[in-house]
Amino acid sequence: MTDALHILSLGKGGWGGALLLAAGVTFALSVLGFLLGALFGAVAASGRLSTRVVPSRLAKGYGTVFRGVPDLLTIYLLYYGGSIALTEIGKFFGSAGFVGLPTFATGVLAIGIISGAYQAEVYRGAYLAVDPGQFEASKALGLSRFQSLRLVIIPQLMRHALPGLGNVWQLVLKDSALISVIGLVELMRQSQIGAGSMREPFVFYLAAAALYFLIAAVTGSVFRYGEARAWRGMVHA
Amino acid sequence: MIDLHFFVEIIPTLLSGLPLTLQLAGLSIAIGFALALLLALAQQGNHRMLVWPIRAFVAVFRGTPLLVQIFLIYYGLGQFRPTLQAVGLWWVFREPYWCAIIALSLNTAAYGSEILRGAIQGVPRGLVEAASAFGMTRIQTLRLVVLPLALRQAIPSYSNEIVLMVKGTSLASIVTLMEVTGIAQGLISQTYRAVEVFVAAGAIYLTINFAIISALNALETWLTPYRVRA
Amino acid sequence: MKFNRLAAVAAALSMFGFMHTALAEDAPKAITIATEGAYAPWNFTNADGELDGLEIDLANNLCERMKVKCTIIAQDWDGLIPALKVGKFDVIMAGMFITPKRLETIDFTQPYAIDPGGFAAAKDSDLGKLGASTEKFKLDDEAASKAAIDKLKPLLKGKVVGVQAATAMLEFVKKYFGDTVEIREYKTTEQHDLDLAAGRIDAIFAQKTALAATLAKPEFAGFTVAGPGFVGGLFGAGTGAGLRKEDTKLKQMLNDAISAAIADGTIKSISEKWVKTDVTPVK
Repeated sequence: MTDALHILSLGKGGWGGALLLAAGVTFALSVLGFLLGALFGAVAASGRLSTRVVPSRLAKGYGTVFRGVPDLLTIYLLYYGGSIALTEIGKFFGSAGFVGLPTFATGVLAIGIISGAYQAEVYRGAYLAVDPGQFEASKALGLSRFQSLRLVIIPQLMRHALPGLGNVWQLVLKDSALISVIGLVELMRQSQIGAGSMREPFVFYLAAAALYFLIAAVTGSVFRYGEARAWRGMVHA
Repeated sequence: MIDLHFFVEIIPTLLSGLPLTLQLAGLSIAIGFALALLLALAQQGNHRMLVWPIRAFVAVFRGTPLLVQIFLIYYGLGQFRPTLQAVGLWWVFREPYWCAIIALSLNTAAYGSEILRGAIQGVPRGLVEAASAFGMTRIQTLRLVVLPLALRQAIPSYSNEIVLMVKGTSLASIVTLMEVTGIAQGLISQTYRAVEVFVAAGAIYLTINFAIISALNALETWLTPYRVRA
Repeated sequence: MKFNRLAAVAAALSMFGFMHTALAEDAPKAITIATEGAYAPWNFTNADGELDGLEIDLANNLCERMKVKCTIIAQDWDGLIPALKVGKFDVIMAGMFITPKRLETIDFTQPYAIDPGGFAAAKDSDLGKLGASTEKFKLDDEAASKAAIDKLKPLLKGKVVGVQAATAMLEFVKKYFGDTVEIREYKTTEQHDLDLAAGRIDAIFAQKTALAATLAKPEFAGFTVAGPGFVGGLFGAGTGAGLRKEDTKLKQMLNDAISAAIADGTIKSISEKWVKTDVTPVK
């Protein structure tokens, strides 16, 4: 196993540095994708909760499609389809060349769209879990609609949403590995490159698994801490 | 822009991968469920020697991407042929089919065991006490009271997991298995029309998952006849 | 309002038309070249994470000759042509054969290398016992190549052959051995090499220079290149740089640069450095 240590060392000829850097890309990709997904998810959740038919149907369709189609296909579709769409838009504005979305941006967008579909469900459930009396109470206090959302509803909503969001975050982190198929050198692709050129697949995939596990464990405890804080002073039912 | 004729042409080709997709999903969901149930039950006893290794297994398989697990099991273990031959397991790891089944089953077993563990814990304690007051043995209580309630309770979460598994089979093409996604990639290399092919393949998965969700919803409704539909 | 929008579209379209012709005449100043980065010794990624290999050296050389700033990126093999088409990059240099089928979709420069395809298998297998041969068969010469293929068929009966997906190699095995062997498709040649070493498959079919590079590694001591090489036919004219059909100016620039690199022996020396033989296309 000294061989494996040498391969994974941080020094010259070792792949340790490259793998750590790639893990950083994985983390950045996941965080940005998750945040974009929060935006998509919030919009879709408010659509689902709307009493009007069109937003509600649209939001439901969005959730059904992106939770039902393999993430791999969504990623490929965005990668190829995204450029075609952008090029068409570019043509409209008079640009003659191809307009490409960089792989990192494509990855963030893909993770955003996929995780948004899952986050929408979490937000919807959390919103419904907030006691309706809270809305009435904040109205009685004379708070505007926006004020009552910001000061009363969202803090309570986050309390209910955090466990679900923690799950979606874990899903996002693991989904980011699929972005490797469009050529972004994140942790998975870097391990594949290493496994191929050193012909040591076991060492590299094990190292990748360990790094993913580490990121998942550390960020998971952050979510648990946030959950504990959100519930402080409350007694669990 | 949208070439319907092309869709009609490629869908039968894509569907030729459907049996393999369904086989991979069906077998790994079945094996994974059996394992998940065993793991969930084993954790009820609170034997440390039993609980800790299970917790570790669950944490590892839930904490790493399925893609990494498949690569590790297929290409990673492929490096250890002499050892695997010595213990008589090479015939399993030699076949991409079984490697995919192993990876998918272990993955879903890890997630499934957590769902089932939660559901078993969710069965009201009073019911278990009532059962033992009736003179039921522990096995009887489990079989007649705890499991039926827990399994019904677990249906919504477990149907999510099943959908995730069907989606997960799309990764089997990286270990040379020609299921729907693998065939889609082959079609793209012949036609170079990536968007149309992926849309058609996506529609196939969507249909499977829609059918699964509807069936499980129906099952849940059937098992909870007293619950008035909202 | 409606009228204005229409006018805007018309203006945009005419501008597009204008700029498009302008683009065809202008020489590009910067291009992006895509390779696979997993096809040693033609193109691969070294321990520092940098792209290296025959085609990387050649690409840099050609760009120098064209006085164009080049960025070389890696991309999965089966996504190369679709991504070229949607404009992710401008040129493919990835050991890609100029096949008749690919020419329907994209264009190619003249070939910068010719390298036959061949089998590799365990030395003690029926196929492996044939050993390496320098014989080459042109698939266009149907009688001779059929005789060679018929000689190989009984040795391969019922065997599992690994081949990279979306390649002319795969088309070859499907067309000529589809009724004889079980085919497994791999994303990269590195992956079928690993499976050959692991004993999951009985043989692989790939470019001979790539096979030679693989078999030079210690863990492949028990394997050998087996039988003759095949060129022409569905393999096309050789290995060339792929580009979009509309990029005619770029094609001309690349062709001139390749001609110069062939004429002054650059391709010969790069090829001897990386694949130990001369793969320069013979005119």
